[in-house]
Amino acid sequence: MNASGAQVQENPRSGARVRWVGYQTIVRREFGRIVRIWGQTVVPPAVTASLYFIIFGSLIGRRIGQMDGFDYMQYIAPGLIMMSVITNSFGNVVSSFFGAKFGKHLEELLVSPLPNWLIVLGYVTGGIMRGLLVGTLVTVVALLFTSLPVAHPLLIVASVILTSVVFALGGFFNAIFAKNFEQISWFPTFVLAPLTYLGGVFYSVSLLPGWAERISYANPILYMVNAFRYGFLGTSDVDVTLAIGITMAAAAIMFAIVVTLMNRGTGIRE
Amino acid sequence: MQALSIRSLAKTYDNGVQALKGIDLDVREGDFFALLGPNGAGKTTAIGIVTSLVTKTSGSVSVFGHDIDRKLELAKSCIGLVPQEVNFNMFEKVFTIVVNQAGFYGIPRPLARERTEKYLRQLQLWEKRDAIARSLSGGMKRRLMIARALVHEPRLLILDEPTAGVDIEIRRSMWEFLRGINAKGTTIILTTHYLEEAENLCRNIAIIDRGRIIEHDSIANVIRKLHQETFVLNFRDAVDRLPELPGFAPRQVDGHTMEVEVSKEQSLNEIFARLSAAGIEVVSMRNKVNRLEELFMRLVEGGTAAQPAGESKT
Ligand SMILES: Nc1ncnc2c1ncn2[C@@H]1O[C@H](COP(=O)(O)OP(=O)(O)O)[C@@H](O)[C@H]1O
Ligand SMILES: [Mg+2]
Repeated sequence: MNASGAQVQENPRSGARVRWVGYQTIVRREFGRIVRIWGQTVVPPAVTASLYFIIFGSLIGRRIGQMDGFDYMQYIAPGLIMMSVITNSFGNVVSSFFGAKFGKHLEELLVSPLPNWLIVLGYVTGGIMRGLLVGTLVTVVALLFTSLPVAHPLLIVASVILTSVVFALGGFFNAIFAKNFEQISWFPTFVLAPLTYLGGVFYSVSLLPGWAERISYANPILYMVNAFRYGFLGTSDVDVTLAIGITMAAAAIMFAIVVTLMNRGTGIRE
Repeated sequence: MQALSIRSLAKTYDNGVQALKGIDLDVREGDFFALLGPNGAGKTTAIGIVTSLVTKTSGSVSVFGHDIDRKLELAKSCIGLVPQEVNFNMFEKVFTIVVNQAGFYGIPRPLARERTEKYLRQLQLWEKRDAIARSLSGGMKRRLMIARALVHEPRLLILDEPTAGVDIEIRRSMWEFLRGINAKGTTIILTTHYLEEAENLCRNIAIIDRGRIIEHDSIANVIRKLHQETFVLNFRDAVDRLPELPGFAPRQVDGHTMEVEVSKEQSLNEIFARLSAAGIEVVSMRNKVNRLEELFMRLVEGGTAAQPAGESKT
Protein backbone atom coordinates (compact mmCIF):
# COMPACT_ATOMS: atom_id res chain seq x y z
CA MET A 1 0.00 0.00 0.00
CA ASN A 2 2.68 2.43 0.97
CA ALA A 3 5.75 1.30 -0.89
CA SER A 4 8.09 4.21 -0.33
CA GLY A 5 6.98 4.98 3.18
CA ALA A 6 8.81 1.83 4.08
CA GLN A 7 8.14 1.60 7.75
CA VAL A 8 4.84 2.68 9.15
CA GLN A 9 5.87 4.76 12.11
CA GLU A 10 3.08 3.67 14.42
CA ASN A 11 4.88 0.84 16.11
CA PRO A 12 8.20 -0.45 14.84
CA ARG A 13 10.55 1.84 16.69
CA SER A 14 9.27 2.38 20.16
CA GLY A 15 8.99 5.90 21.52
CA ALA A 16 11.96 5.37 23.83
CA ARG A 17 14.20 4.25 21.00
CA VAL A 18 13.19 7.22 18.83
CA ARG A 19 13.92 9.57 21.70
CA TRP A 20 17.27 8.07 22.48
CA VAL A 21 18.40 8.35 18.86
CA GLY A 22 16.95 11.87 18.68
CA TYR A 23 18.76 12.93 21.83
CA GLN A 24 22.06 11.56 20.56
CA THR A 25 21.54 13.43 17.31
CA ILE A 26 20.98 16.76 19.05
CA VAL A 27 24.04 16.21 21.22
CA ARG A 28 26.12 15.24 18.22
CA ARG A 29 25.00 18.35 16.38
CA GLU A 30 25.83 20.55 19.36
CA PHE A 31 29.24 18.99 19.64
CA GLY A 32 29.76 19.51 15.92
CA ARG A 33 28.92 23.17 16.37
CA ILE A 34 31.40 23.62 19.23
CA VAL A 35 34.13 22.04 17.15
CA ARG A 36 33.18 23.82 13.92
CA ILE A 37 33.46 27.25 15.49
CA TRP A 38 36.20 26.41 18.00
CA GLY A 39 37.74 29.83 17.41
CA GLN A 40 34.69 31.33 19.10
CA THR A 41 33.84 28.56 21.51
CA VAL A 42 37.03 27.35 23.16
CA VAL A 43 39.92 29.64 22.28
CA PRO A 44 38.70 32.95 23.77
CA PRO A 45 37.87 31.50 27.20
CA ALA A 46 41.25 29.80 27.39
CA VAL A 47 43.00 33.05 26.49
CA THR A 48 40.97 35.01 29.04
CA ALA A 49 41.74 32.48 31.75
CA SER A 50 45.45 32.61 30.98
CA LEU A 51 45.38 36.39 31.31
CA TYR A 52 43.69 36.14 34.69
CA PHE A 53 46.31 33.69 35.91
CA ILE A 54 49.16 35.88 34.67
CA ILE A 55 47.77 39.12 36.10
CA PHE A 56 45.98 38.09 39.28
CA GLY A 57 47.93 34.96 40.01
CA SER A 58 51.53 35.75 39.18
CA LEU A 59 51.78 39.54 39.19
CA ILE A 60 49.30 40.72 41.80
CA GLY A 61 48.94 37.44 43.66
CA ARG A 62 52.53 37.59 44.90
CA ARG A 63 51.69 40.78 46.78
CA ILE A 64 48.42 39.42 48.16
CA GLY A 65 50.04 36.46 49.82
CA GLN A 66 47.87 33.72 51.24
CA MET A 67 44.10 33.33 51.35
CA ASP A 68 42.48 30.74 53.61
CA GLY A 69 45.93 29.19 53.97
CA PHE A 70 46.59 28.74 50.23
CA ASP A 71 48.62 30.63 47.67
CA TYR A 72 46.42 33.24 46.04
CA MET A 73 46.92 31.51 42.72
CA GLN A 74 45.71 28.23 44.16
CA TYR A 75 42.81 29.98 45.83
CA ILE A 76 41.50 31.63 42.66
CA ALA A 77 42.15 28.68 40.32
CA PRO A 78 38.93 26.78 41.21
CA GLY A 79 36.99 30.06 41.02
CA LEU A 80 38.36 30.86 37.58
CA ILE A 81 37.66 27.35 36.34
CA MET A 82 34.10 27.59 37.63
CA MET A 83 33.69 31.02 36.09
CA SER A 84 34.63 29.66 32.69
CA VAL A 85 32.26 26.70 33.15
CA ILE A 86 29.42 29.09 34.00
CA THR A 87 29.98 31.49 31.11
CA ASN A 88 30.51 28.75 28.57
CA SER A 89 27.59 26.54 29.52
CA PHE A 90 25.37 29.58 29.41
CA GLY A 91 26.95 30.98 26.28
CA ASN A 92 26.75 27.75 24.34
CA VAL A 93 23.06 27.23 24.84
CA VAL A 94 22.04 30.85 24.48
CA SER A 95 23.81 31.27 21.17
CA SER A 96 23.05 27.86 19.76
CA PHE A 97 19.36 27.90 20.62
CA PHE A 98 18.86 31.53 19.74
CA GLY A 99 20.78 30.94 16.52
CA ALA A 100 18.45 28.04 15.71
CA LYS A 101 15.43 30.23 16.37
CA PHE A 102 16.80 33.14 14.40
CA GLY A 103 18.03 31.01 11.50
CA LYS A 104 14.76 29.05 11.56
CA HIS A 105 16.51 25.68 11.69
CA LEU A 106 14.89 25.14 15.07
CA GLU A 107 11.92 24.14 12.89
CA GLU A 108 13.81 20.95 12.04
CA LEU A 109 13.33 19.93 15.65
CA LEU A 110 9.88 21.42 16.10
CA VAL A 111 8.36 19.35 13.28
CA SER A 112 10.05 16.16 14.51
CA PRO A 113 8.34 13.80 16.94
CA LEU A 114 10.80 14.64 19.74
CA PRO A 115 9.14 16.00 22.88
CA ASN A 116 10.15 19.41 24.20
CA TRP A 117 11.79 18.13 27.36
CA LEU A 118 14.13 16.07 25.22
CA ILE A 119 15.03 19.04 23.06
CA VAL A 120 15.85 20.98 26.24
CA LEU A 121 17.91 18.06 27.51
CA GLY A 122 19.83 17.89 24.23
CA TYR A 123 20.77 21.57 24.29
CA VAL A 124 21.63 21.42 27.98
CA THR A 125 23.94 18.50 27.29
CA GLY A 126 25.60 20.63 24.63
CA GLY A 127 26.08 23.37 27.24
CA ILE A 128 27.59 20.88 29.71
CA MET A 129 29.97 19.62 27.03
CA ARG A 130 31.25 23.08 26.27
CA GLY A 131 31.42 23.98 29.95
CA LEU A 132 33.44 20.88 30.75
CA LEU A 133 35.64 21.24 27.69
CA VAL A 134 36.57 24.82 28.49
CA GLY A 135 36.75 24.05 32.23
CA THR A 136 39.26 21.29 31.51
CA LEU A 137 41.27 23.60 29.28
CA VAL A 138 41.38 26.28 31.97
CA THR A 139 42.41 23.64 34.51
CA VAL A 140 45.31 22.69 32.26
CA VAL A 141 46.28 26.36 31.99
CA ALA A 142 46.04 26.68 35.78
CA LEU A 143 48.35 23.73 36.23
CA LEU A 144 50.98 25.55 34.17
CA PHE A 145 51.05 28.23 36.86
CA THR A 146 50.41 26.35 40.07
CA SER A 147 49.58 22.98 41.54
CA LEU A 148 46.14 21.99 42.75
CA PRO A 149 45.40 19.53 45.52
CA VAL A 150 42.33 17.33 45.10
CA ALA A 151 40.49 16.93 48.39
CA HIS A 152 37.13 15.52 47.26
CA PRO A 153 37.12 14.39 43.61
CA LEU A 154 33.45 13.36 43.56
CA LEU A 155 32.41 16.74 44.84
CA ILE A 156 34.42 18.40 42.08
CA VAL A 157 32.61 16.38 39.44
CA ALA A 158 29.18 16.79 41.00
CA SER A 159 29.43 20.53 41.52
CA VAL A 160 30.84 21.27 38.09
CA ILE A 161 28.15 19.25 36.32
CA LEU A 162 25.30 20.64 38.41
CA THR A 163 26.52 24.17 37.89
CA SER A 164 26.78 23.76 34.16
CA VAL A 165 23.26 22.29 34.07
CA VAL A 166 21.91 25.34 35.89
CA PHE A 167 23.62 27.81 33.57
CA ALA A 168 22.90 25.86 30.42
CA LEU A 169 19.23 26.08 31.43
CA GLY A 170 19.74 29.78 32.13
CA GLY A 171 21.04 30.17 28.60
CA PHE A 172 17.99 28.35 27.27
CA PHE A 173 15.69 30.61 29.24
CA ASN A 174 17.43 33.69 27.88
CA ALA A 175 17.27 32.37 24.30
CA ILE A 176 13.53 31.65 24.54
CA PHE A 177 12.78 35.28 25.33
CA ALA A 178 15.44 36.91 23.18
CA LYS A 179 14.18 38.64 20.05
CA ASN A 180 17.52 39.83 18.73
CA PHE A 181 21.21 39.36 19.29
CA GLU A 182 21.37 42.30 21.67
CA GLN A 183 19.05 40.50 24.04
CA ILE A 184 21.32 37.51 24.26
CA SER A 185 24.23 39.61 25.47
CA TRP A 186 22.21 41.62 27.97
CA PHE A 187 21.86 38.93 30.61
CA PRO A 188 25.47 37.73 30.54
CA THR A 189 26.76 41.29 30.77
CA PHE A 190 24.43 42.77 33.36
CA VAL A 191 23.52 39.80 35.51
CA LEU A 192 25.82 36.88 35.01
CA ALA A 193 29.15 38.71 35.01
CA PRO A 194 28.48 40.81 38.17
CA LEU A 195 27.14 37.80 40.07
CA THR A 196 30.16 35.78 39.05
CA TYR A 197 32.73 38.45 39.93
CA LEU A 198 30.98 39.04 43.26
CA GLY A 199 30.51 35.31 43.84
CA GLY A 200 33.77 34.70 45.64
CA VAL A 201 35.87 33.83 42.63
CA PHE A 202 38.70 36.17 43.62
CA TYR A 203 38.28 36.41 47.37
CA SER A 204 36.85 34.80 50.45
CA VAL A 205 33.66 36.60 51.43
CA SER A 206 34.82 36.47 55.05
CA LEU A 207 37.14 39.34 54.09
CA LEU A 208 34.17 41.57 53.28
CA PRO A 209 32.52 43.95 55.74
CA GLY A 210 29.56 42.33 57.53
CA TRP A 211 26.79 43.78 55.33
CA ALA A 212 28.56 42.87 52.08
CA GLU A 213 29.18 39.37 53.35
CA ARG A 214 25.49 38.96 54.20
CA ILE A 215 24.43 40.18 50.76
CA SER A 216 26.87 37.78 49.15
CA TYR A 217 25.07 34.84 50.69
CA ALA A 218 22.07 35.65 48.49
CA ASN A 219 24.19 35.02 45.41
CA PRO A 220 23.73 31.45 44.16
CA ILE A 221 27.04 31.53 42.32
CA LEU A 222 28.84 31.91 45.64
CA TYR A 223 27.59 28.47 46.65
CA MET A 224 28.63 26.86 43.41
CA VAL A 225 32.11 28.36 43.43
CA ASN A 226 32.63 27.40 47.04
CA ALA A 227 31.45 23.84 46.66
CA PHE A 228 33.82 23.45 43.75
CA ARG A 229 36.71 25.05 45.62
CA TYR A 230 36.01 22.79 48.57
CA GLY A 231 36.42 19.82 46.23
CA PHE A 232 39.99 20.92 45.50
CA LEU A 233 41.20 22.74 48.58
CA GLY A 234 38.89 21.45 51.30
CA THR A 235 38.03 25.02 52.27
CA SER A 236 34.74 26.83 51.81
CA ASP A 237 32.82 29.96 52.90
CA VAL A 238 29.55 28.04 52.93
CA ASP A 239 28.11 24.72 54.00
CA VAL A 240 28.90 22.41 51.08
CA THR A 241 25.83 20.21 51.51
CA LEU A 242 23.66 23.30 51.41
CA ALA A 243 25.54 24.46 48.30
CA ILE A 244 24.89 21.21 46.46
CA GLY A 245 21.26 21.24 47.62
CA ILE A 246 20.72 24.77 46.34
CA THR A 247 22.30 23.96 43.00
CA MET A 248 20.19 20.83 42.56
CA ALA A 249 17.01 22.69 43.43
CA ALA A 250 17.94 25.49 41.02
CA ALA A 251 18.51 22.94 38.24
CA ALA A 252 15.15 21.22 38.84
CA ILE A 253 13.20 24.49 38.99
CA MET A 254 14.89 25.91 35.89
CA PHE A 255 14.24 22.70 33.96
CA ALA A 256 10.54 22.77 34.86
CA ILE A 257 10.24 26.43 33.86
CA VAL A 258 12.03 26.02 30.55
CA VAL A 259 10.04 22.92 29.54
CA THR A 260 6.78 24.66 30.46
CA LEU A 261 7.70 27.64 28.31
CA MET A 262 8.57 25.34 25.43
CA ASN A 263 5.26 23.48 25.78
CA ARG A 264 3.43 26.77 25.67
CA GLY A 265 5.35 27.71 22.57
CA THR A 266 6.65 30.91 24.15
CA GLY A 267 9.08 32.58 21.81
CA ILE A 268 9.13 29.68 19.37
CA ARG A 269 5.65 29.19 17.93
CA GLU A 270 3.34 31.86 16.50
CA MET B 1 -8.19 6.33 5.33
CA GLN B 2 -7.80 10.09 5.49
CA ALA B 3 -4.20 11.22 5.39
CA LEU B 4 -5.29 14.59 6.66
CA SER B 5 -8.54 15.72 8.14
CA ILE B 6 -9.14 19.29 9.27
CA ARG B 7 -12.29 20.55 10.99
CA SER B 8 -13.33 24.17 11.69
CA LEU B 9 -9.72 25.22 11.91
CA ALA B 10 -9.27 28.86 12.82
CA LYS B 11 -6.25 30.98 13.53
CA THR B 12 -6.00 34.53 14.74
CA TYR B 13 -2.44 35.80 15.11
CA ASP B 14 -1.43 37.90 18.07
CA ASN B 15 -1.63 41.04 15.95
CA GLY B 16 -5.32 40.34 15.32
CA VAL B 17 -5.00 39.02 11.74
CA GLN B 18 -7.57 36.29 11.18
CA ALA B 19 -5.54 34.05 8.90
CA LEU B 20 -7.98 31.11 8.96
CA LYS B 21 -11.68 31.54 9.52
CA GLY B 22 -12.77 27.96 10.15
CA ILE B 23 -11.66 25.65 7.36
CA ASP B 24 -12.54 22.02 6.67
CA LEU B 25 -10.29 19.86 4.56
CA ASP B 26 -9.97 16.17 3.77
CA VAL B 27 -7.17 14.51 1.92
CA ARG B 28 -7.36 10.82 1.20
CA GLU B 29 -4.41 8.51 1.60
CA GLY B 30 -2.48 8.26 -1.67
CA ASP B 31 -3.89 11.50 -3.02
CA PHE B 32 -1.95 14.21 -4.78
CA PHE B 33 -3.62 17.28 -3.40
CA ALA B 34 -3.26 20.98 -4.13
CA LEU B 35 -4.06 23.80 -1.77
CA LEU B 36 -4.36 26.72 -4.12
CA GLY B 37 -4.73 30.33 -3.20
CA PRO B 38 -3.29 33.80 -3.59
CA ASN B 39 -0.66 35.27 -1.28
CA GLY B 40 -1.96 35.83 2.20
CA ALA B 41 -4.82 33.34 1.76
CA GLY B 42 -3.70 31.30 4.77
CA LYS B 43 -1.92 28.37 3.11
CA THR B 44 1.28 28.58 5.13
CA THR B 45 -0.70 29.13 8.31
CA ALA B 46 -2.75 25.97 7.68
CA ILE B 47 0.39 23.94 7.02
CA GLY B 48 2.09 25.49 10.02
CA ILE B 49 -0.72 24.25 12.25
CA VAL B 50 -0.66 20.76 10.76
CA THR B 51 3.10 20.52 11.35
CA SER B 52 2.85 22.22 14.77
CA LEU B 53 4.97 25.22 13.87
CA VAL B 54 1.96 27.45 14.49
CA THR B 55 -0.54 27.08 17.32
CA LYS B 56 -4.19 26.94 16.36
CA THR B 57 -6.88 29.15 17.83
CA SER B 58 -9.62 26.53 17.49
CA GLY B 59 -10.63 23.48 15.49
CA SER B 60 -9.09 20.06 15.08
CA VAL B 61 -6.53 18.35 12.89
CA SER B 62 -5.75 14.70 12.52
CA VAL B 63 -3.06 13.03 10.48
CA PHE B 64 -3.70 9.40 9.54
CA GLY B 65 -6.22 9.32 12.36
CA HIS B 66 -3.85 10.77 14.97
CA ASP B 67 -5.33 13.88 16.51
CA ILE B 68 -2.62 16.51 16.99
CA ASP B 69 -3.99 17.43 20.40
CA ARG B 70 -3.77 13.92 21.74
CA LYS B 71 -1.30 11.98 19.61
CA LEU B 72 1.04 14.71 18.48
CA GLU B 73 4.17 12.59 18.28
CA LEU B 74 2.51 9.95 16.13
CA ALA B 75 0.96 12.59 13.90
CA LYS B 76 4.31 14.31 13.45
CA SER B 77 6.16 11.12 12.61
CA CYS B 78 3.86 10.63 9.60
CA ILE B 79 4.69 13.99 8.03
CA GLY B 80 7.60 15.29 6.00
CA LEU B 81 7.62 19.06 5.49
CA VAL B 82 9.24 21.15 2.78
CA PRO B 83 8.67 24.68 4.06
CA GLN B 84 8.14 27.75 1.93
CA GLU B 85 11.31 29.39 3.15
CA VAL B 86 14.76 27.92 3.52
CA ASN B 87 15.16 26.82 7.12
CA PHE B 88 18.28 24.74 7.42
CA ASN B 89 21.46 25.80 9.12
CA MET B 90 23.39 27.63 6.40
CA PHE B 91 26.70 26.70 7.98
CA GLU B 92 26.18 22.96 8.05
CA LYS B 93 27.09 20.50 5.36
CA VAL B 94 24.45 19.08 3.06
CA PHE B 95 25.01 15.53 4.29
CA THR B 96 24.91 16.55 7.95
CA ILE B 97 21.62 18.37 7.54
CA VAL B 98 19.87 15.36 6.07
CA VAL B 99 21.42 12.69 8.28
CA ASN B 100 20.60 14.68 11.43
CA GLN B 101 16.99 15.10 10.37
CA ALA B 102 16.74 11.32 10.11
CA GLY B 103 18.10 11.18 13.66
CA PHE B 104 15.42 13.57 14.90
CA TYR B 105 12.88 11.02 13.66
CA GLY B 106 14.65 8.27 15.56
CA ILE B 107 16.37 6.56 12.64
CA PRO B 108 19.60 4.93 13.86
CA ARG B 109 22.79 6.36 12.39
CA PRO B 110 23.79 3.56 9.99
CA LEU B 111 20.34 3.47 8.39
CA ALA B 112 20.22 7.27 8.46
CA ARG B 113 23.43 7.41 6.42
CA GLU B 114 22.08 4.96 3.86
CA ARG B 115 18.87 6.91 3.49
CA THR B 116 20.73 10.19 3.24
CA GLU B 117 22.80 8.82 0.38
CA LYS B 118 19.70 7.44 -1.32
CA TYR B 119 17.77 10.69 -1.24
CA LEU B 120 20.72 12.96 -1.96
CA ARG B 121 21.36 10.85 -5.07
CA GLN B 122 17.71 10.95 -6.09
CA LEU B 123 17.72 14.71 -5.82
CA GLN B 124 21.04 15.07 -7.61
CA LEU B 125 22.80 16.46 -4.59
CA TRP B 126 25.19 13.62 -3.85
CA GLU B 127 28.10 15.46 -5.44
CA LYS B 128 27.34 18.35 -3.11
CA ARG B 129 27.20 16.28 0.05
CA ASP B 130 30.21 17.99 1.62
CA ALA B 131 29.28 21.48 0.50
CA ILE B 132 28.25 24.06 3.07
CA ALA B 133 24.51 24.64 2.64
CA ARG B 134 24.96 28.37 2.14
CA SER B 135 26.91 27.75 -1.06
CA LEU B 136 24.04 25.96 -2.82
CA SER B 137 21.99 27.59 -5.56
CA GLY B 138 18.31 28.34 -4.95
CA GLY B 139 17.14 25.22 -6.79
CA MET B 140 19.59 23.03 -4.89
CA LYS B 141 18.46 24.47 -1.57
CA ARG B 142 14.91 23.55 -2.47
CA ARG B 143 15.99 20.03 -3.40
CA LEU B 144 17.95 19.72 -0.19
CA MET B 145 14.77 20.49 1.73
CA ILE B 146 12.95 17.80 -0.23
CA ALA B 147 15.64 15.23 0.57
CA ARG B 148 15.48 16.26 4.21
CA ALA B 149 11.70 15.87 4.25
CA LEU B 150 11.89 12.41 2.70
CA VAL B 151 14.70 10.92 4.71
CA HIS B 152 12.35 9.41 7.30
CA GLU B 153 10.09 8.18 4.48
CA PRO B 154 6.93 9.91 5.66
CA ARG B 155 3.48 8.77 4.58
CA LEU B 156 2.45 12.35 3.97
CA LEU B 157 4.71 14.83 2.21
CA ILE B 158 3.71 18.48 2.48
CA LEU B 159 5.36 21.05 0.24
CA ASP B 160 4.68 24.76 0.71
CA GLU B 161 5.08 26.48 -2.65
CA PRO B 162 7.90 24.18 -3.73
CA THR B 163 8.28 25.74 -7.15
CA ALA B 164 7.94 29.42 -6.29
CA GLY B 165 10.85 31.23 -7.86
CA VAL B 166 12.45 28.23 -9.55
CA ASP B 167 12.87 28.22 -13.30
CA ILE B 168 10.68 26.24 -15.67
CA GLU B 169 13.16 23.46 -16.25
CA ILE B 170 13.74 22.74 -12.58
CA ARG B 171 10.02 23.02 -11.99
CA ARG B 172 9.29 20.32 -14.56
CA SER B 173 11.89 17.93 -13.17
CA MET B 174 10.54 18.53 -9.68
CA TRP B 175 7.06 17.68 -10.94
CA GLU B 176 8.41 14.48 -12.44
CA PHE B 177 10.06 13.56 -9.18
CA LEU B 178 6.96 14.25 -7.10
CA ARG B 179 4.81 12.19 -9.45
CA GLY B 180 7.18 9.28 -8.91
CA ILE B 181 7.03 9.61 -5.13
CA ASN B 182 3.24 9.77 -5.24
CA ALA B 183 3.04 6.76 -7.55
CA LYS B 184 4.94 4.76 -4.94
CA GLY B 185 2.29 5.53 -2.37
CA THR B 186 3.23 8.72 -0.57
CA THR B 187 0.35 11.13 -0.12
CA ILE B 188 1.37 14.60 -1.28
CA ILE B 189 -0.12 17.97 -0.43
CA LEU B 190 1.33 21.02 -2.06
CA THR B 191 0.42 24.65 -1.92
CA THR B 192 0.76 26.76 -4.96
CA HIS B 193 -0.63 29.80 -6.62
CA TYR B 194 -0.25 28.40 -10.10
CA LEU B 195 -3.36 26.69 -11.39
CA GLU B 196 -1.19 25.13 -14.08
CA GLU B 197 0.84 23.35 -11.44
CA ALA B 198 -2.22 21.97 -9.68
CA GLU B 199 -3.72 20.94 -13.01
CA ASN B 200 -0.56 19.13 -14.04
CA LEU B 201 0.06 17.25 -10.86
CA CYS B 202 -2.92 16.93 -8.65
CA ARG B 203 -6.11 14.93 -8.53
CA ASN B 204 -7.91 16.94 -5.91
CA ILE B 205 -7.81 20.52 -4.91
CA ALA B 206 -8.98 22.97 -2.32
CA ILE B 207 -9.05 26.64 -3.11
CA ILE B 208 -8.48 28.99 -0.25
CA ASP B 209 -8.99 32.72 -0.20
CA ARG B 210 -8.86 35.11 2.74
CA GLY B 211 -8.89 32.34 5.28
CA ARG B 212 -11.84 30.44 3.79
CA ILE B 213 -12.02 27.35 1.61
CA ILE B 214 -14.12 28.34 -1.39
CA GLU B 215 -13.83 25.09 -3.39
CA HIS B 216 -12.96 21.54 -2.40
CA ASP B 217 -13.33 19.20 -5.33
CA SER B 218 -11.53 17.19 -7.98
CA ILE B 219 -9.31 19.18 -10.31
CA ALA B 220 -11.46 18.14 -13.24
CA ASN B 221 -14.60 19.57 -11.68
CA VAL B 222 -12.89 22.76 -10.69
CA ILE B 223 -11.50 23.29 -14.16
CA ARG B 224 -14.95 22.71 -15.57
CA LYS B 225 -16.48 25.26 -13.23
CA LEU B 226 -13.75 27.66 -14.13
CA HIS B 227 -14.50 27.46 -17.82
CA GLN B 228 -18.17 27.98 -17.32
CA GLU B 229 -20.15 31.16 -17.26
CA THR B 230 -23.46 31.60 -15.57
CA PHE B 231 -25.97 33.70 -17.49
CA VAL B 232 -29.07 35.20 -15.97
CA LEU B 233 -31.91 35.74 -18.46
CA ASN B 234 -34.98 37.84 -17.79
CA PHE B 235 -38.27 37.19 -19.61
CA ARG B 236 -40.99 39.71 -20.51
CA ASP B 237 -43.84 37.45 -19.42
CA ALA B 238 -43.93 35.00 -16.58
CA VAL B 239 -43.08 31.49 -17.74
CA ASP B 240 -44.55 28.37 -16.14
CA ARG B 241 -42.30 25.79 -17.64
CA LEU B 242 -39.04 26.15 -19.49
CA PRO B 243 -38.66 24.34 -22.77
CA GLU B 244 -36.15 21.50 -23.11
CA LEU B 245 -32.63 22.85 -23.56
CA PRO B 246 -30.50 19.81 -24.49
CA GLY B 247 -26.93 20.10 -23.25
CA PHE B 248 -27.81 22.72 -20.65
CA ALA B 249 -29.07 22.56 -17.10
CA PRO B 250 -31.13 25.71 -16.66
CA ARG B 251 -32.58 26.73 -13.33
CA GLN B 252 -35.73 28.72 -13.07
CA VAL B 253 -35.23 31.29 -10.33
CA ASP B 254 -38.76 32.70 -10.62
CA GLY B 255 -41.35 33.20 -13.38
CA HIS B 256 -39.28 35.90 -15.05
CA THR B 257 -35.77 34.69 -14.41
CA MET B 258 -33.63 31.77 -15.51
CA GLU B 259 -30.02 30.91 -14.79
CA VAL B 260 -27.93 28.67 -16.98
CA GLU B 261 -24.30 27.55 -17.04
CA VAL B 262 -22.61 27.77 -20.39
CA SER B 263 -19.17 26.42 -21.01
CA LYS B 264 -16.83 28.36 -23.23
CA GLU B 265 -17.28 25.92 -26.15
CA GLN B 266 -21.05 26.05 -26.11
CA SER B 267 -23.09 28.56 -28.07
CA LEU B 268 -25.88 30.73 -26.77
CA ASN B 269 -27.77 30.61 -30.10
CA GLU B 270 -29.17 27.23 -29.23
CA ILE B 271 -30.73 28.58 -26.06
CA PHE B 272 -32.25 31.57 -27.78
CA ALA B 273 -33.62 29.45 -30.61
CA ARG B 274 -35.38 27.11 -28.20
CA LEU B 275 -36.75 29.93 -26.13
CA SER B 276 -38.09 31.79 -29.22
CA ALA B 277 -39.66 28.60 -30.49
CA ALA B 278 -41.45 28.32 -27.17
CA GLY B 279 -42.65 31.91 -27.51
CA ILE B 280 -40.55 33.21 -24.64
CA GLU B 281 -39.20 36.70 -25.11
CA VAL B 282 -35.86 37.53 -23.47
CA VAL B 283 -35.67 41.17 -22.46
CA SER B 284 -32.27 41.25 -20.81
CA MET B 285 -29.31 39.09 -20.02
CA ARG B 286 -26.25 39.47 -17.80
CA ASN B 287 -23.54 37.09 -16.73
CA LYS B 288 -23.02 36.36 -13.11
CA VAL B 289 -19.66 36.86 -11.51
CA ASN B 290 -17.71 33.63 -11.53
CA ARG B 291 -16.08 33.64 -8.12
CA LEU B 292 -13.48 31.16 -9.22
CA GLU B 293 -12.62 33.02 -12.34
CA GLU B 294 -12.44 36.23 -10.41
CA LEU B 295 -10.06 34.59 -7.99
CA PHE B 296 -7.89 33.31 -10.79
CA MET B 297 -7.83 36.72 -12.40
CA ARG B 298 -6.39 38.00 -9.16
CA LEU B 299 -3.96 35.10 -9.03
CA VAL B 300 -2.76 35.82 -12.52
CA GLU B 301 -2.43 39.53 -11.91
CA GLY B 302 -0.03 38.52 -9.24
CA GLY B 303 0.16 37.93 -5.57
CA THR B 304 -0.29 41.06 -3.57
CA ALA B 305 -3.26 42.39 -5.49
CA ALA B 306 -5.22 39.57 -3.89
CA GLN B 307 -4.52 40.77 -0.41
CA PRO B 308 -7.47 42.59 1.07
CA ALA B 309 -6.47 46.11 1.97
CA GLY B 310 -5.99 46.79 5.63
CA GLU B 311 -5.83 43.16 6.61
CA SER B 312 -2.12 42.80 6.45
CA LYS B 313 0.25 44.88 8.43
CA THR B 314 3.01 46.67 6.64
N1 LIG C 1 3.43 35.43 12.09
C1 LIG C 1 2.38 36.15 11.67
N2 LIG C 1 1.90 37.13 12.45
C2 LIG C 1 0.85 37.86 12.02
N3 LIG C 1 0.20 37.68 10.88
C3 LIG C 1 0.64 36.70 10.06
C4 LIG C 1 1.75 35.89 10.42
N4 LIG C 1 1.97 35.00 9.42
C5 LIG C 1 1.04 35.25 8.49
N5 LIG C 1 0.24 36.28 8.86
C6 LIG C 1 -0.91 36.81 8.11
O1 LIG C 1 -1.84 35.78 7.96
C7 LIG C 1 -2.40 35.78 6.66
C8 LIG C 1 -2.15 34.46 5.98
O2 LIG C 1 -0.79 34.31 5.75
P1 LIG C 1 -0.15 32.98 5.16
O3 LIG C 1 -0.69 31.82 5.88
O4 LIG C 1 1.33 33.14 5.15
O5 LIG C 1 -0.72 32.97 3.66
P2 LIG C 1 -0.19 32.24 2.35
O6 LIG C 1 0.78 31.19 2.76
O7 LIG C 1 -1.40 31.71 1.72
O8 LIG C 1 0.46 33.29 1.52
C9 LIG C 1 -1.78 36.97 5.94
O9 LIG C 1 -2.66 38.06 6.05
C10 LIG C 1 -0.52 37.22 6.71
O10 LIG C 1 -0.17 38.59 6.65
MG1 LIG D 1 2.69 30.92 2.16
